[in-house]
Amino acid sequence: MASSTTPAGRGHDEPRLLTMLGRQVDYWWTAYRRTWRGSVVTSFLSPWLYVLAMGVLLGGYIDGSTSGLGGAPTYLDFVAPGLLAATAMQVAAGEVMWPVMGAIKWDKTYIGMLASPLRVVDLVFGHLGFAAFRVVSAAAVFVASLALIGIFASVLGAVTAFLAAVLTGLAFATPIYAFTAGAKTEQGFALIYRLGIMPMFLFSGAFFPVTNLSEPLEQAARLTPLWHGVELSRMASLERWDASAAAVHVAYLAALVGIGLWWAVRRLTGRLVV
Amino acid sequence: MSPAAPDVSGAVPTAGEDGTAGMRVRLSGLRAIVGEVSSPARTDAASSGRGADPSGQGAMVSARGLCKAYGSFTAVDGIDVEVRRGEAFGFLGPNGAGKSSTMRMIAAVSPPGGGELRVLGLDPATHGSQIRSRLGVCPQEDTLDTELTVRENLLIYGRYFGLSRRHVAAKADELLGFFQLTEKRGARVDDLSGGLKRRLTIARSLINDPDLLLLDEPTTGLDPQARHTLWDKLFRLRQQGVTLVLTTHYMDEAEQLCDRLVVMDGGRIVAEGSPLQLIREHATREVAELRFGVGDHAEVAATVADLADRVEVLPDRILLYTDDGEEALAKVHERGLSPVAMLARRATLEDVFLRLTGRTLVD
Repeated sequence: MASSTTPAGRGHDEPRLLTMLGRQVDYWWTAYRRTWRGSVVTSFLSPWLYVLAMGVLLGGYIDGSTSGLGGAPTYLDFVAPGLLAATAMQVAAGEVMWPVMGAIKWDKTYIGMLASPLRVVDLVFGHLGFAAFRVVSAAAVFVASLALIGIFASVLGAVTAFLAAVLTGLAFATPIYAFTAGAKTEQGFALIYRLGIMPMFLFSGAFFPVTNLSEPLEQAARLTPLWHGVELSRMASLERWDASAAAVHVAYLAALVGIGLWWAVRRLTGRLVV
Repeated sequence: MSPAAPDVSGAVPTAGEDGTAGMRVRLSGLRAIVGEVSSPARTDAASSGRGADPSGQGAMVSARGLCKAYGSFTAVDGIDVEVRRGEAFGFLGPNGAGKSSTMRMIAAVSPPGGGELRVLGLDPATHGSQIRSRLGVCPQEDTLDTELTVRENLLIYGRYFGLSRRHVAAKADELLGFFQLTEKRGARVDDLSGGLKRRLTIARSLINDPDLLLLDEPTTGLDPQARHTLWDKLFRLRQQGVTLVLTTHYMDEAEQLCDRLVVMDGGRIVAEGSPLQLIREHATREVAELRFGVGDHAEVAATVADLADRVEVLPDRILLYTDDGEEALAKVHERGLSPVAMLARRATLEDVFLRLTGRTLVD
C-alpha cells in the first residue's frame, strides 16, 4: 500500500493550470453523462419553442419591411440571433448557481477536490470550463438548427454568431460564478433570475429593438451584457457589421469574463481556504 | 506486536458501562492475529525509512508555535508537534479543542495563522499542491460524490493526482478488496450505510499511495461494529508502514490506534506521550467508579477520600484513583456505604483528560 514512489507531484514546481484541468476531465465527463438528459430540454428544446412561438407564429403578423428591424428581412431573422444570445445567457447562468453552491456546500465536491493536488484556481477553471462546454454545445446545436431554416447569411455569419453567443454565455458565467462562490445561501439565485436574467431576456433587444423603449429604459438596456451579446450576435447573423460597435461589444463582454474570473478565484479562495 | 503499541491485552474486562471492555478484548485478539500473519513489523517498516525524504528531515509533520485564529476566536494557540515516519499519531481532545483546525493546516488546505509548519519537509504556504499529492485525507464529513458509484468515486479521485486511468483502475480494485467493498463496487454511494461510506472515504484517501494519512474523527457517528471494522483496517495500514495522523474525541480509539498522542484543550497541548505513558503520569493504574443518588456525590466523596490517591467528583459519579480498584470497592462496602452502582476498571485516557482539564471528553 505504502510504496516508496509517489507517482504524482514529487519534486515538481508549481503545477500547470492545463495539467490540472486535464485531471478533472474524467469527473466532468462522468457528471455530464449522468445529467445530460435533464439538460436537453432547457438547452436544445426550449430555444426552439421560442423560435416557433415568437419567430414563426407571432412573427407572421410583423411586417419586416416597415417595422425598423435593423435590416432584418423578417421578424424571424431579427429574433433568432437574439434568442441565440439569450439561450447562451440562460444555459451559462444555470450552470454556475445551484451546481456551484452544491459543490461548495451540499455535496462538498470542492472540499474533496481540494484535498488532492488541485488548487482553488483549478477548481474555478474546471467548473467554468464545463459551463463553457455546456454553452458551446447548446449554442452549436441552436446555430446548426437555425442554419437549416436559412437564418444565416453565410457560413461565416453562422460561425461568428456562434462565437458571439459563447462570449455572451461566458460574460454571464464568470461573474455569477463569483457571486455564488461567496454566497452563503441559494436565496440570491431567485433574485438573479427575477431581477437580472428575466428582465434582460425580455427587454435587452432580443425580441424588439431597444429603441422602442423610453429613453431612460433604452439607456439602461444598453448597459446590460445581454444587449451587447444580442447586438453582436445579430450583426454576425445578418452580416451587417459595424466595426467600432462590434469592438465595443466584444470589449465589454470580454471585460466581464476577465473581471468575473478574477473575482471568482478570489471569492472561492476566501470561502474555502480559511 | 510492536513494543510501542499500547498494552491492551492486559485490559481489565470489568470496564465499560457501554460494553467497551468486550470490544477492547476482541480487538486485542484481532491485533494478535494480525501481528502473527503480517511479516514485517511496523517498527521495521518505520526504521527502514520508505523512500528518501526530500528535505532530509525525518519528521513527516513538524510544527513550532503553530497558531490559527478565526476572527477573534483562537482555535489553535501555539502548538509544537512532531510526527515521525511510520508512527500513528493522535490528537485527542473534546469538540472545539482545535484538532480539526490543526488537521486542516497539516492537510495544506488552511493557511497557518502563525508559527512554523512543515509537512513532508515542505512549506504548505508555498508547496500546498505538492504536499497534497503525497497525502491521504479523510475529512470529518464525507465528501464522496453520492450520485456516482463506489468504484467511480475512486477512479475519478485518482485522476486528480495525475495517475493514469489504468493505474487508478488497478489501484481502485485493490482498495475495494482491502476495504471489503468489492461487492458494492457498482452501488451508488447514496445507497451505502454510514460505515460503508466511511470505509470508501478512507479507501479513496489511499488511491495515491500516500506517505501520510490524515484522518479527522474517522469513526465519529459510526456504530460499534463499523468502528471496529475501520480500526482493523487502520491497524493493518499502520502495519504496512503508512504514517497515520488522526484526531478523535474517543479515548478508546486513541488507545487502540495511536503510538503517541497529544491531548489538546482550548487550542493548546496539555499533555504528550504514548497512551500508556500518559496514563502512568497522569492517572493511577485503576479507577473505582461509584454512583449514588442524585446530589449525594460531593457529600459522599469526603467520606471515601482517604481510600484513593485522588478523588474526582462528577455530576453522575465519583471516581477513586487507586492502584487496586477492587480493594477500594471492598473498603467502600466496609464503611457501610451502598452505591447504586459501582465498578473497577483500568484507567484510561479519559481519566488523563479529566485530570488535566477537569472535564470529560464527550459531554
